[in-house]
Amino acid sequence: MLSTYEFPEYSYRRSPDQDAAEPIHHAVIVVGAGPVGLAAGLDCALQGIDTLVLDDSNTVSVGSRAVCYAKRTLEVLDRLGCGQRMVDKGVTWNVGKVFFKDRKVYEFDLLPVKDQRRPAMINLQQYYFEEYMVDRIDEVDGLELRWKNRVTAVEHSPERVQLTVDTPDGEYRMSCDYLIAADGANSDIRAMLGLESRGQIFEDRFLIADVVMKADFPPERWFWFDPPFHRNQSTLLHRQADDVWRIDFQLGWDADPEEEQKPEKVIPRLRAMLGDEREFELEWCSVYTFTCRRMDRFRHGDGRVLFAGDAAHQVSPFGARGANSGIQDADNLAWKLKLVLDGKAPDSLLDSYSDERVFAAEENLLNSTRSTDFITPKSAISRAFRDATLLLSERHPFARTLVNSGRLSVPAILSESALNTPDEDHFAGDMLPGAPSYDAPIAIDGEPAWLLDQLGFVFKALYFSDDVASLPDEELAAMAGLARGDIPVQTLIVSAAPVAGGELPDGVSAVEDSDALLRKRFDARPGTCYLLRPDQHICARWRALDATRIAAALARASGQ
Amino acid sequence: MSQAEHLQVAPRIDRPDDFYQALIDTHRELSDEQSALLNAKLILLLANHIGDRAVLAEAMRIARDGIA
Repeated sequence: MLSTYEFPEYSYRRSPDQDAAEPIHHAVIVVGAGPVGLAAGLDCALQGIDTLVLDDSNTVSVGSRAVCYAKRTLEVLDRLGCGQRMVDKGVTWNVGKVFFKDRKVYEFDLLPVKDQRRPAMINLQQYYFEEYMVDRIDEVDGLELRWKNRVTAVEHSPERVQLTVDTPDGEYRMSCDYLIAADGANSDIRAMLGLESRGQIFEDRFLIADVVMKADFPPERWFWFDPPFHRNQSTLLHRQADDVWRIDFQLGWDADPEEEQKPEKVIPRLRAMLGDEREFELEWCSVYTFTCRRMDRFRHGDGRVLFAGDAAHQVSPFGARGANSGIQDADNLAWKLKLVLDGKAPDSLLDSYSDERVFAAEENLLNSTRSTDFITPKSAISRAFRDATLLLSERHPFARTLVNSGRLSVPAILSESALNTPDEDHFAGDMLPGAPSYDAPIAIDGEPAWLLDQLGFVFKALYFSDDVASLPDEELAAMAGLARGDIPVQTLIVSAAPVAGGELPDGVSAVEDSDALLRKRFDARPGTCYLLRPDQHICARWRALDATRIAAALARASGQ
Repeated sequence: MSQAEHLQVAPRIDRPDDFYQALIDTHRELSDEQSALLNAKLILLLANHIGDRAVLAEAMRIARDGIA
């Protein structure tokens, strides 16, 4: 076991479902309690869906695996109510450094847009990430997590999904409206449905080692190409919580995975890197290869089985696009399931889950494959260009843009989505339809707060105004009407002036754009209106508030 | 650069023999591996100077033509 972490053992509990004469029905069953399944379960339950999560083990991820959690993931976790604990425990970082041979050639800042609540990245061992989400699940009503529950059979029909589940007490059966398969890269559910994830295996091996040591290196991502301590290969260093450091050595395809995991092989590699003086303890290590692949579509089984995370798509680790993109899958899916289950949106809305997340997976695969090609050149000329780029990058900024030690996870901008309403008005800046909203500091009753914390689980209209007090009654009445709709749209008035008291209608609230950053980030003028989906992606925007146009955009964004 | 720009293939270099000699001289006393690295640096520098991906794509097409 690890010296810095004790794995929790969650107990198997017999469920009344196991004694029922007929299979018990749940709205949503999630298979897999990894980061993605846990996020999907939490999101669905917090949307108000009767949700059950099943996992075949009784603890969190053994070994560290995922390390880097991106800003967007933290924002989703904030919405799910467990972001702060991750940030408190994790190591916050924004800066990456690139070394070539014996010197630093380049440094980059991952978060060019400052004044947002969350940093570009935190590093946190996956077991903490999962443990905190499991703790959060315990706090949420209508959500149950069953350990030692292994799905052994899946049958689907246009009406429902039926599951057979094996437990220490034997098998039982259940049914659900929708099944979320978040059971990882080797998804059993995928195999049971006779489906495949297709792509490319990369012929390279990597050693990952988690090392406990006291070191005063800054909390940054350090990436070495061809360092003196590990010639002709690459090395990556990340700081995690509890003075645990992740070191990743590229080994090449010919390395023997069994041999390379032995401490007598691993320790000398670490010694060469860290120097003879440094005290460290090897906590965990593993040799891995990786695959870049995805399923053709993420919706299957009569439309009732939805694949998410590694089960649906797998990338190389360079770029931290695995767990982070999986969390975005959950973020994309939960609100759509809620609308469909409530009969407020057509079942076809779930096709947009597949469309949007396949688009994102393609982007992640492309980035990840390109990073891999740069890090592990496959020919002499490819290596010459790689080295030439690194040599030039020390002095010439243009070459830094070509250095690719991993394009670190940023959320996909769903610009091609059918749920977006194309612009009629002219806008500048980054907040185009399909983009997830930037955060910004605001003030509520004079107290500092953040925009994204105000968005919640529903559609939101952001309406920019000079002064809330000067808004005409008919505009407030229009906003109140939107909040009473079948699919409610709450309005958040973003006021340039401080917000004075005064009553606002139900479903309408006001915040002050205290640092004048929101109007800048959204290229807003008084009257500008943005419509945001429950997953905080922008789906439409206008230069004036028009309830009819908002209703049409809402219908489009909910698949009608 | 304008979008309509094409790769310039008409003669443009003043005293071409001097240029050609300078190009070869740049590689003097380098191993094949070092020369490959130099060429790669040179291409990257010139590509950034051109800066137009359509022009660069045209150059890559012409360069590849007839080789394999």
